[in-house]
This record gives sequence, structure tokens and C-alpha cells, in this order.
Amino acid sequence: MQLTLEFKGGLELLFGSVKVHQIEVEPSDGKDKLKLQELLIWVRNHLLKERPEMFMKGNSVRPGVLVLINDCDWELLGQLDAVVDEKDTVVFISTLHGG
Amino acid sequence: MGEIDRASPEILKELEALRKANAELLSEISALQKQLQGTVEMSSKPICIDGPNAISLEHNTKFFSQTQHILYGSSSVQESVAPSEAKLEVGSKARANINEETPNSQGISVAHLENDWIYEDVGGCIRKSMGNCERLHNLDPYTISRYSRQLLVPAFGVKGQENLLKSSILIIGAGGLGSPAALYLAAAGVGCLGLVDHDVVELDNLHRQVIHTEGAVGETKVKSAAAACRAINSFLKVNEHYSGLQASNAVNIISKYDIIVDATDNLPTRYLINDACVVMGKPLVSGAALGTEGQLTVYHHDDGPCYRCIFPVPPPPDACQSCSDAGVLGVVPGIIGCLQALEAIKLASGTGEPLSSRLLILDALTTSVQKVKLRGRNHSCIVCGDAPQLSRENLHQFDYEAFTSSLMSDKIPQRKQMLPLSYGVSCKEYKRRCEEGELHVLLDVRDAHQYAISALPNSVNVPFSQLKERVPQIQDLAKGIDLEVEEAYPTEVLAQSLRPIYVICRRGHDSQKTVQFLRSNGFPDTFDIVGGLECWTREVDHHFPKY
Ligand SMILES: [Zn+2]
Repeated sequence: MQLTLEFKGGLELLFGSVKVHQIEVEPSDGKDKLKLQELLIWVRNHLLKERPEMFMKGNSVRPGVLVLINDCDWELLGQLDAVVDEKDTVVFISTLHGG
Repeated sequence: MGEIDRASPEILKELEALRKANAELLSEISALQKQLQGTVEMSSKPICIDGPNAISLEHNTKFFSQTQHILYGSSSVQESVAPSEAKLEVGSKARANINEETPNSQGISVAHLENDWIYEDVGGCIRKSMGNCERLHNLDPYTISRYSRQLLVPAFGVKGQENLLKSSILIIGAGGLGSPAALYLAAAGVGCLGLVDHDVVELDNLHRQVIHTEGAVGETKVKSAAAACRAINSFLKVNEHYSGLQASNAVNIISKYDIIVDATDNLPTRYLINDACVVMGKPLVSGAALGTEGQLTVYHHDDGPCYRCIFPVPPPPDACQSCSDAGVLGVVPGIIGCLQALEAIKLASGTGEPLSSRLLILDALTTSVQKVKLRGRNHSCIVCGDAPQLSRENLHQFDYEAFTSSLMSDKIPQRKQMLPLSYGVSCKEYKRRCEEGELHVLLDVRDAHQYAISALPNSVNVPFSQLKERVPQIQDLAKGIDLEVEEAYPTEVLAQSLRPIYVICRRGHDSQKTVQFLRSNGFPDTFDIVGGLECWTREVDHHFPKY
């Protein structure tokens, strides 16, 4: 499954300062959809370069990080149970406070 | 009059009635004139009273003739318009009264009607409009000319401008976001603008805080910003709140305004503003910018979520970057601040669709603007939920700095001593050791882009984030082998034992962590240069650039 992952709001610093990642990931046991829960683990194991606690807390993202699946808040799609499909875009964005 | 001569008896009857009404009006005017004698100083100069829509005497005169025209709008009987001197008197009377009764325009709480003028309180300032007679709208000719290009926008129009002129908007933070927001709101013709900030203007603000000038460095931001707004629009009422926003005054300040703009630079203040807006029922236009990215949304509007609905738990303090650490490209808060002004204008005027339940994300590097859908209001939110724990009565007791583990300022917290004191040397002591000719290694652990701004001679840049991978290089350096700067360490002085390592960074935080790491990884002779380069500038070399 091909996905586009984007890290914004400073999160890219944890991913080698690369904001956009085109990834190829296979859902476990041959399903055609991938749960966000699985995707997060894949990201932690394959993409995350440093300070995992700045990206994740427990099995979810840390407070202050929004997850957007195809421009929609993952809370509206089932959070960790939300599923992604071929060619979907998932954005991880840290809330900013500066001004 | 030829047309009227040929007109039907009905029209002639109507004309007679109008003439009668006009005669009554004229006698009323002359009565007022008598009353006024000796009380009004007649002047041909425009007089401005305090208030967003105060109208000069000159404008009054024009306004009155306009109103007369509206009164007799469909008739072609132009001669029934009263003599202009008399009209001037009525305008003056109204002004004389407002001057007598409300010397500083503060303290009037309800609208009151007088001589067909309505005076109403808009955020502590008096707005004046025509009442008690048929009218198309409340805009006088000056106002129409001034905002004509906005009135011509069909989606905004007269109604939008009238609403805007009546509105009061509070901008919290007169910095990178607040600067453009205040400038545009002042120019657009809001009734009343409140400015909150407790900082003074600094040199490193000027690249993005465009409301302040070089001459304002050292002045309070509120004073500087208020002066700029008044220079743009003398009809605008500007309230200056120098105290900054705290849990103790937030509800009181926010209660005085219709719309709140969050243009602050720190996390605890963002939670505080959100909570105060929710308990006072005010829509909140929230913007943020850092580096080359910006974010914008409207909270607590139209059953949309509040800040706490989206972020019930604050991020860890290490995840919160500030402009003074991470930098910010000036135009980025400029864009977001302008968008905040736009959202505030939309809310105040009732135009368009405010950005509620949606988030705008700006990426300046790719010039991408993304708009995403956010969750709705969280019914278990502790401030806007169905059983809220925070209220206007108890909000002042909430400890926002403790809640977020960060300060209500983007100022850098005091350096914390994490190492035993014996692991550190002062900047002066380090300089002395250099002058004595001590062979050593100077590691600068800042990121490469910071190192490029300014660095001490003979320092080697090993960014803190690369420390682990670059231990072998540090080993070589300590042995006196420098692959990049070989001539600095002639081979004849190569020592068997390791040279001492001194570590420096910007403010003396990462350098301590580096010393800790190196000491427990085979480099016992490693020392922190206490306070970093900022301290070096203060104590050793005033010309070393501070950034
Ligand atoms: Zn809420």
C-alpha cells in the first residue's frame, strides 16, 4: 500500500528534517486496509529518527499532535481505529504557539 | 416648480404637508439656536470627540443635509431643505451635549437618544448614529467615502460596515501576529480596538512586528501599537491594556469586547485566553506562527470546538518551540495575522463563513495553504462541555503555568544548573586558560545554522543531536588530531594523554547535557562553559554578536 506521510509544525525534526515521505507499507495478515494503530507502530519502527517521546505517548501520538487523514481530523474517523487506504495522505502536525 | 404645478391635487396636498412639517422643523431649530446662544463656541474647524464614530462639525453639516434628503427622499421638492446655518446649529447642539455630559466618553453603558442622535456604548467608547427618523443607513458621507471600496464589495456592503463600526475587538499580543491584525482592523473601521501586551519593543522584534518602528525600541508595545492605529484612523477608539493577560484579569478584560484575537506567543496564555473566551461566550480567532509555518482557526463559535476540545492535554514543554529559539520568517506571522484580521472582520460584520471547526495550515516553503476539518465540540470538555468545571467565577484560580509546565512568556527561562559546579568554568576563566596557552578542544554543540551566525575561533561544531555518532571525531580532537584544521595542531605537540574538552552552546543548556554524556563516555576532562555564548557576550566580549 502506497501512502504519503507528512510531518509538520516541527515534527519533521524527528524525521531527519524531511516533511514529506512516500512510503510503501503492507497491512498485516493480508487485509487491504491499514489501521492507524498499525501505521503509528510502522512509523516509529521505520521512520522515526530521534526522541520517540516527542512523537508518541503510549500507543498513540503525544498530546499536542493532530493527525489528519486526507485533510480530516482522525477523531472524526475513529482515531487509532481509523483506516487508511491506497494513496491516502496522513499528516502529523504539532500545534504551534509562536507569534 | 413647473413639474409640481402640473401635478395632481394629491401631490400638491402632500407638498403642503411637507412645507408645514418643514416650517415646524425650522421653528424647532431656531428655538434650539436660542437655547444654544453663548454655550457653543462656533468654529469652522472640525471638532473631534473621543469615540470610534465621532463626527466632526464639518461632517455633521453634510450628514444633516443628507438626512434631510432622505426624509424627503422621493420628492423633488429641494427647496424644503432647511438653511445650512440652522442645520449647523442642530449638529452643534448634539455635540455640545455630548461634551457636557460625557467629557471623556467613558462610563456610558446604555444607548440613549437625544435630538435624533443615538449614542451607544461600544466597548467603553461612544458611537453616534442617526435615530428616530427614516434612514437608509447610519453612515455619514465622510464614512461612506472613507470605506467606499469596502462598501462596494457586495458580500460586505453597508450592513457589513455598519456592524464593523459597532464592534469591539481585543487583540492579545502586539507582536508578529498582532501587528498586521491591528493595522488592518484599525484601517477597516472597527469601532473599538483593545490591545494587550506587557512587553517592550526590542530590536529583534522589528523584522516581523511591523507596527513598531526603530524609534519605538524600548517603548511598550501597547503604546507603540496604539499610536500607529490612531495614526491610521483617528475615529478609532483604542484601549491600551499594559498589564498583559493573567488568570486574575482575563475574564474582566475579555468581557468588554465582542471578538477576541489570540496573537500571543506562549502555551499557558493560549489556554487562558481560550477558557476566558468560553466562559464569557466570545468567539476566539486563534493564530500561530513559527519558522516557516502558520496555523489559523476560530474557536468557540457556532457550536465549534474550543482549544481544549482539540488539545485537552498540553504538549510536553520540550515540544514547545518559541520564536526566540526556532526563529520565524517575518512574513509568516504577517500572513497569519492578516488572516486573523480577516476572520475577526467576518465575525464582526456577519460576512462569509468564519473558520470554525476547521484549521488552516500554511507552509511558506512550498507556498501551500491547506484547510482541514476538525472535530466538533467535545461534550466532556472541561470548559465548553456539558458539565464544565471551569467558570467565570473560578477561572482565576487555575494555574496555567503549572498546567502547561511553561511560562506565560516566550522569554527563555533561567538557565538551570544540572551539573556539579566543578564540571563548569566561567567564560572569564575559559578566556584566561586560552591566554595561558592551554592545549584544549572547544566543542560548540549548537545546530549548524546557528553556528553559521557567529562562533568562537578554533571552536569545532558538533551539533548536540549528532553527538553520539561523532564520538570518534571527538576522540581524535582530544588526542590532538584534527582532520579538518590540521595546521591548528602541529604534529610535534601531539600528546599521549587526552586534552581537556570545553563545551559551549548558545545559553548553556545543551552544553551541560554534552558534558554529562562525554564524562560518562570516556572523556573525564570535559567542562561546561557556564552560560554559553550569551554569557560570553555579556562578560568577555561585548562585540560578540548576540542573536
Ligand atoms: Zn472545549
